[in-house]
Amino acid sequence: MLPRPMTIARIDQPTRKVKALTLHGRLPAQPGQFVMVWMPGLNEKPFSLVDDDPVTLAVASVGPFSARLHELEVGDRLWLRGPFGHGFDIVGEYALLVGGGYGVAPLAFLASRTIGARRKVAVIGAATGDELFFEHRLAGAGCEVVLVTEDCSAGEGGVCTDVAERLLQDETFDVVYGCGPEGMLETLEQLCSELGIPGQLSKEAYMRCAMGICGSCERDGLLICRDGPVFPVGPGT
Amino acid sequence: MESMHSWPGEITVGEPDLTVELCGVRLRNPLVLAAGILGTGAELLARVAESGAGMVTTKSCGPAPREGHPNPTVLDWGHGLINAVGLANPGVDQEVKTIARAKDLLSPLEVPLVASIFAGTVEGFAEVAQKVDEAQPDFIELNISCPNLAAEMGRPFACDTGDAARVTASVRQVTTRPIIVKLSPNVTDIASVARSVEHAGADAIAAINTLGPGMIIDVHAGRPILANKVGGVSGPAIRPIAVRCVYDIYQAVEIPIIGTGGVSDGRDALEMIMAGATAVGVGSAVRYRGAEVFGAILEEMRALMTSVGYGSLVELRGIAQV
Ligand SMILES: Cc1cc2nc3c(=O)[nH]c(=O)nc-3n(C[C@H](O)[C@H](O)[C@H](O)COP(=O)(O)OP(=O)(O)OC[C@H]3O[C@@H](n4cnc5c(N)ncnc54)[C@H](O)[C@@H]3O)c2cc1C
Ligand SMILES: Cc1cc2nc3c(=O)[nH]c(=O)nc-3n(C[C@H](O)[C@H](O)[C@H](O)COP(=O)(O)O)c2cc1C
Ligand code: FES
Repeated sequence: MLPRPMTIARIDQPTRKVKALTLHGRLPAQPGQFVMVWMPGLNEKPFSLVDDDPVTLAVASVGPFSARLHELEVGDRLWLRGPFGHGFDIVGEYALLVGGGYGVAPLAFLASRTIGARRKVAVIGAATGDELFFEHRLAGAGCEVVLVTEDCSAGEGGVCTDVAERLLQDETFDVVYGCGPEGMLETLEQLCSELGIPGQLSKEAYMRCAMGICGSCERDGLLICRDGPVFPVGPGT
Repeated sequence: MESMHSWPGEITVGEPDLTVELCGVRLRNPLVLAAGILGTGAELLARVAESGAGMVTTKSCGPAPREGHPNPTVLDWGHGLINAVGLANPGVDQEVKTIARAKDLLSPLEVPLVASIFAGTVEGFAEVAQKVDEAQPDFIELNISCPNLAAEMGRPFACDTGDAARVTASVRQVTTRPIIVKLSPNVTDIASVARSVEHAGADAIAAINTLGPGMIIDVHAGRPILANKVGGVSGPAIRPIAVRCVYDIYQAVEIPIIGTGGVSDGRDALEMIMAGATAVGVGSAVRYRGAEVFGAILEEMRALMTSVGYGSLVELRGIAQV
C-alpha cells in the first residue's frame, strides 16, 4: 500500500488555527482510523479522518508540517497511505462524545456513523470560543452539542472533562468516546473506571511505519498505530 | 497398551519436536524476532515472546542516540517492504536499561534475548558491545549490514571479508557471550564473508539483512518516496535470495545460522531449516500477520511436520543440501 495522490476539492477554515481539507475521492475507513499524509520533500505524518467519502482531514497549524498543509490551495495534491489502526467500535444506545482541540476530528466521523444510537451528546472544549469547531457537523450528525471554554467566552466555563463528569453522574450513558490532549484522556479514563462505564479513547504517539512493525509508537507494549489509536478503558479492561 | 503410555515431559508420538539449541542455549522453538521489528521496548519484546517466539532481538543500538531518517521511512510496496528507518535508537547508555528490563520479563518465559548493536567504526563496535554486555543479554548480534546508511557511514562492514572479520575480532576481545554476526546479501560471495567472521570468532551467523538498497518512485510526484531515497528491501520478495544465502553459508561454515528473510508461514520456516538454518528469523511478516505471527507459524510448522511425518527440526536441518 503505497501513498496515493489525492487532490484538494475544498478548503474550509473553521478557526484561525484549523483548516478542514476535503479531497476528491474516497478511502473506506472506520471512524477513529488515521492516514499517513505525505508531502513530497517535506515529511509524512498521521492525521485522523473526519470523513472517508469524500476524504476529509482537519489540520491544526502547530508546526512546520501542519503549517505547510495550511498553505495548500484547492487543486493541490496530497499523498495518503492508509487507513490504519483500530478505530472506534460502535456500541450502545446512549453515547457521550468528548473532544478537546482537534480531537473533535475523529468524533465528527464517529457521530456520522452512529446512526443507530438513540441519543448522542457531544461535549467539545477549547481554550476560547474562537477555537471551537465542527459544532455544526456534530449537530448535523444528530448530536446534542455542549460547548465548553476555559475563558467562558462560549458555552459553559471550564474544561470538557468537568462537563463530561457531570453528565455521566446525572444521566445514563452506555459508552464514552474521547479524543484530545493526553491530560484530558487520563481524566476520562479515570472517570470511566470510577463510574464503571466502558470508554474508547483515541491516543497519539510518534509514528513511522503506521503498520505495527517498527515499534516507534510503542506505549507499555501496545502499538498505538495498530492496536490503537482507539483503546478501550473502564470496566473489564 | 504399554507403548501408549507417556511420561510427563516426554514427547508423545505425533508431536513434532520444535526445540533447538543455538550455541549451547536452548530455544523452545526456532522462531526469532528479527532486529528492528518491534524491538523498541521491554514490554513489547515480552509480548512477542508471549505470542510464541523462541527468542527475541532488540532494535539495533549504537554508541549515541540517533533520530533516524525523516518520514516516509517504511513502505509496503506490494511484494514486501522497503525501509530506511536509519537506525533510530536511544543510544547504548539508554538501551542497556531496556535490555535489563526485557531480561527480567523474558526470564520466566525462558525466552533468550539477543542484543543487536551497530557502530560506524571497528572500535565503536567494541565499545558498544562492552556496555551491552553488562546488561547480560544471552547473545550479542553485530549488525554490520544495514544498507541504507551508506551515504553517512560508507560501505557496510559486511561487504568486505577483512572489515567483517575485524569488527568480529574486536568484539570477541570484550565479551565472552555468544556473538551472532548479521550478514548482508549485497555481496557476490556471502559464503566467504561467513567464513571470515567464523575465523574471527563469531559463534553464529544471522542472514540476511535487507536487500538492496532499493528505491520506489512515485510517478505522480516524480520523486523517490522514502525521504532517504533508498532503503532496504525485505519480506516475501527476498525469500528466495535469503534461502540461497543460507544454503551457501551452511556449506562454508560449522557455526549455526539464523535464517532470516521473507519468512511468513510454517512452510517458509521449514524451507529455511532445510537450507541449513538452525533458527529462523521473522521480521516483515509482523506487518502481514501481526505480533501474533509467531504462534501462527509454529502451529503451521507442527501441522506440516505431522502431515509429512517429520519428527524433529534437527533431522531436517540442511537436508536440501544436494
Ligand atoms: C493518530 C494521530 C492522529 C492525528 N490526527 C491529527 C488531526 O486529525 N489533525 C491534526 O492537526 N493533527 C493530528 N495529529 C498530529 C499530526 O500528526 C502532527 O503531529 C501535527 O500536525 C504537528 O506536526 P508539525 O510538523 O506541524 O508540528 P511539530 O513540529 O511536530 O509540532 C509543533 C509543536 O506543537 C505540538 N503539537 C503537535 N501537535 C499538536 C496539536 N495538535 N495541538 C497542539 N500542539 C501540538 C508539538 O508537541 C510541538 O511542540 C495526529 C497524530 C496522531 C498520532
Ligand atoms: C522496518 C525494519 C527495520 C529494521 N531494522 C533493523 C535493525 O535495526 N537491525 C538489523 O540488523 N536489521 C534490521 N532490519 C532487517 C531485519 O532484521 C531482517 O534482517 C530483514 O528485514 C529480512 O527479514 P524479513 O524479510 O523477515 O523482514 C529491519 C527491517 C525492517 C523491515
Ligand atoms: S508506527 Fe511503526 S509500529 Fe507503530
